[in-house]
Amino acid sequence: MTGEDVPIGEDELQAFVDERLDGPRRDAVEAHLARHPELRERIAAERRQRASLRAQLQGKAAEPIPARLRIATLQAARRARLARRMSLIAAAVAIFVVGGSAGWFANGLRPALVAQAPTTAVAQGAAAAYRTFVVEVAHPVEVGVAQETHLLQWLSKRLGHKLVAPDLAPFGYRLMGGRLLPGGSGAAAQLMYEDTAGKRLTLYVRAADGTETAFRFQQDGDAATFAWIDQGFGFAVTAMASREELLPIAEAVYKGLTPKG
Amino acid sequence: MADLGVVLEPLIPALRRYAYALLHDHAAADDLVQDTLERALSRWSSRRADGELRAWLFAILRNRHIDAYRQARRRGTEVEIDEVDHRETATRQEAAIEARDVLAALEQLPEEQKSLLLLIGVEDFSYEETARVLGVPIGTVMSRLSRARQRLRSIVEHGPAALLRRVK
Repeated sequence: MTGEDVPIGEDELQAFVDERLDGPRRDAVEAHLARHPELRERIAAERRQRASLRAQLQGKAAEPIPARLRIATLQAARRARLARRMSLIAAAVAIFVVGGSAGWFANGLRPALVAQAPTTAVAQGAAAAYRTFVVEVAHPVEVGVAQETHLLQWLSKRLGHKLVAPDLAPFGYRLMGGRLLPGGSGAAAQLMYEDTAGKRLTLYVRAADGTETAFRFQQDGDAATFAWIDQGFGFAVTAMASREELLPIAEAVYKGLTPKG
Repeated sequence: MADLGVVLEPLIPALRRYAYALLHDHAAADDLVQDTLERALSRWSSRRADGELRAWLFAILRNRHIDAYRQARRRGTEVEIDEVDHRETATRQEAAIEARDVLAALEQLPEEQKSLLLLIGVEDFSYEETARVLGVPIGTVMSRLSRARQRLRSIVEHGPAALLRRVK
């Protein structure tokens, strides 16, 4: 059997170089090589080179693993990276939640926090009036709170809308008085409130197109304004306050001005 | 995640050896291994459970190596032609003096031939595993292995210039 020259394929020669042939096939290849000296020389060279390559690279695999390639090291670095990314995501979510809950709160009182053009005009008028009179020390109001009944009747008559002064005592603001202003194509009324620290808040009312629209928030420097339109009138609450502080006050004013039923 | 070290670390010496044989630079080799392991950790959950871990890791390493090589070529950081000539002359002289320096001869081979000789001849990968790492059919592995060995032998015996002449 071994005397027969069994055909040997190139893949078997390669498997022989790699020492992957078992008994009978290896014997067959060796017998074949014995009869073909040139091929034998070639295969012997390939086996030598394979062994040489293994020997030259043996030392590399015997080296201890450097600290920077330790899995624990890489996992710690990875956790630190993930933690940094998570904190960024958390911060972004927190901002979203603050914005989102404010919107949800406003939704609870019907008008939602979205932009509306006529409301913008009301908000801008309110902010301008606020800037003009809130800094006024000598004459912040035209008619003082001592004549509240007269003030409200007067403003209501000029405005063509029955005006009530919402009670903002729960928020620490008490009514100082009010004044009449030019507003849009007609008149506007401004009621001014003050807290014990002297911080002032105004409620601004004037005729405006539309029935019921969304709450609009506007920030002018330190002054924040919530404005909305209800049954032909525009309302605005303005104060040196954050959006979060002002929103519950705007809600109270909205409810106080528009007693349902 | 805690026992990943137990699973992965036994394979790191072989990964370092393969990377070094591809790059001929110890620091660059460890950079490549680090990159490979970081990628393996981030992809661990998407790894096919039945897949052979060793072939998976070596395939990541090889792909990172090829990507880095392509990027370097795009950026034009490839060695100048003059330098290549110098290096080839040096290697030929070296090969003439020390015909047995197979590692130096290996450097002259294209990446796929290097990988074939390293994975099968040094890392004792099966032909099937090798086919998985290289992303080619197993029959292709067999025929290309034979060609890679012929070419390596030519370089060791005659130097790369002799091979180039003969190929012409």
